[in-house]
Amino acid sequence: MNNFSIYVIPFCTGVLLLLGFSVLKYWRWIKRFDKLQQAIIRKNIWSWKFLPAIWEAFREGLLHWRIAKKNWLLGYMHRSLAFGWFLLIVVGFVQALLAFPDGHPFWMAIFYNYFVHEDNLLVFPDAPLFADIMDALLLYVLSGLALAVFKKLWSRPLGMKRTTRHTPLDRVTKFALWCIFPLRLLSETATSAIYHNGGFLIQWLGNGMAGIGIADPYFEYICWLLYSIALGTFFALMPFSRYMHIFTEIFLIYFRQLGVRDNADQKSGYTMFELNACSRCGICIDGCPINKELDITNIQGVYLLQSIRNHDWRKRQVSIAENCLMCDRCVADCPVNIDLNVMRRHVRIQNKRPIDTSGNYSYLDTVQPFNAIGRVAYFGGCMSHLTPGTTEAMERIFQAAGQKYWYMDRDRSICCGRPLLQQGFTTQANELRRKNTELIVNSGATMLITSCPICYRSFKEEYHLPIPVFHHTEYIDYLLTAGRIKLRKSDRRVAYHDPCELGRGCGIYDEPRRILDATSTLLKTKDEREHSRCCGFNLGNTTLDTEEQRKIRNAALENLRQPNPDVIATACPACKKAFTRAEEFPVEDVAEIVAENLIS
Amino acid sequence: MNKFGFSIAHTRSTDLDTANLGKAEELLQRVPSYKLCIGCGGCTAACTAGLFTDFNIRRIHTQFARGQYKGLDRRLQSCMLCGKCLLVCPRGVNTRALIVEMRRLLNNTDPA
Repeated sequence: MNNFSIYVIPFCTGVLLLLGFSVLKYWRWIKRFDKLQQAIIRKNIWSWKFLPAIWEAFREGLLHWRIAKKNWLLGYMHRSLAFGWFLLIVVGFVQALLAFPDGHPFWMAIFYNYFVHEDNLLVFPDAPLFADIMDALLLYVLSGLALAVFKKLWSRPLGMKRTTRHTPLDRVTKFALWCIFPLRLLSETATSAIYHNGGFLIQWLGNGMAGIGIADPYFEYICWLLYSIALGTFFALMPFSRYMHIFTEIFLIYFRQLGVRDNADQKSGYTMFELNACSRCGICIDGCPINKELDITNIQGVYLLQSIRNHDWRKRQVSIAENCLMCDRCVADCPVNIDLNVMRRHVRIQNKRPIDTSGNYSYLDTVQPFNAIGRVAYFGGCMSHLTPGTTEAMERIFQAAGQKYWYMDRDRSICCGRPLLQQGFTTQANELRRKNTELIVNSGATMLITSCPICYRSFKEEYHLPIPVFHHTEYIDYLLTAGRIKLRKSDRRVAYHDPCELGRGCGIYDEPRRILDATSTLLKTKDEREHSRCCGFNLGNTTLDTEEQRKIRNAALENLRQPNPDVIATACPACKKAFTRAEEFPVEDVAEIVAENLIS
Repeated sequence: MNKFGFSIAHTRSTDLDTANLGKAEELLQRVPSYKLCIGCGGCTAACTAGLFTDFNIRRIHTQFARGQYKGLDRRLQSCMLCGKCLLVCPRGVNTRALIVEMRRLLNNTDPA
């Protein structure tokens, strides 16, 4: 039996190029892992962590669960293309293996119908079953492809208002991908028109084709050649296009399960895996407040990664990286869980390096140390000085709970360093962190409570303090559960605004809600928890002007006022200040609401 | 030296015809909201760094606008970029961008 035809060459070339470039790229990236990342990999590589990684790779790489959770039709589209094609290859290999027990060239699974006709039934009695399965799978993939074409024309039914603008290379690759499956259908039909092989679908189509008089081996050959060229083109372009995500995501999931995280200061091997694991699906675009309220559609995570990966000129990379509120909405939406803001900071750090000196913070040495043994340390945060209601309320709560405290930054505060860090001034941020750490550790305080979510995240993630860190909502929630303070329930209706850094940043959604439930009637708003809107004055941005920030804030306010509350509650001094500046609508911090309703 | 709590100020008169205003004009280009400033000094009053030192944003950007660049960069390095000035500004001047861009211009580093 014949098992070679000249037309398989484009396909084989494509596969070899794909393999060669992928191995080369992965090897280079793995070598770029920094010392800490290498140590983590070496420590965990033989652990059981590969089991959850396999499950996650299957769930996300093939089934696309996270996308399906956003919109089932979009999930179906991705799933049918990924899982359908995967099964098509696997079942094809099994089919070829059974038909050629003595071995077969690797292209046999792909071009099976061309080489094996019905007369092989004797060798392989289960052929009709396999042929039917293969037809069903092809139909499954084609349904996904039809949805993809439909999405290009009208993406809203698939849950996407805006889709990504792709680079020319990505478009060519996508076109090659889109051609593969219709061409496979056509080729198999052309073969079936001559030999009447194939399953329920191909035979029916083949008979139809024979019926109109096309049963020509030359036409058949051309079809298979085109199919092979489409496959070869797609595979050859894959390592350079967004479709590199197909394999890279599996590696990324594995490394992440091993516990590897990105280097916060500069590009590492892991960053390269994250960059290439982005499929440019564009799901990060719709949620972005800068897209939603300001119609600026070229700075979202997908474009940042595209720009970094394609080595765009620096000015473009910087203009994308700088214009972002760092509200983490895209990070929460990303189906691949890529930490987009770390990469954004990488560009900002590079951009700010010439002016990121060690700073001129010697003046901070005048802050006197304090002996706070047996007390809790309370850090209001810079912004809380603009919302004195919050800090006063916290002091009343401490007193009501009988808790001795040390108000660290009552008079003169040292910034936590996160605003500098977000702008890319790492050296300067380190200096502030060193000073604060020194103060806190030397004070001997038992725990640190902060009112500002920006500081909270900084202390929690960046400081590595020896004492526990709480946001005041966590602390009040603890006081309530422990019975150290008692609250009366008022009949006020409250809408709660999730601050970006507290909610998406640190995952604190339930504590403030439990507190508000205990003191008032908590209303639901349309966009809350992970979908909460940024107040617009997040310190991550220096590019937007105030008018633009106001627009974002007004949209957030509109969402909060929609259930008609008596008061808007939030847990962040910056959000509170942003909202109170907007209009005469009562905005209170959770701590203030608690302090008002204390039963002493 | 006698400590009266005040001293004779250095002359600050500027001849705008001869002053080098290139950087100030460039700053206006980069941060257009700078034009809105009415010099109320709210930023300075709210400033975290200003509580410790004589870091005074209003004075710094006023001097910058007049082309008196000397010594500004060292003072700007005291800024912790906490953003309080931005939230108190009644005119909506993007003060943080102003500070970053002033530092860039004073250090002659390109924006990108």
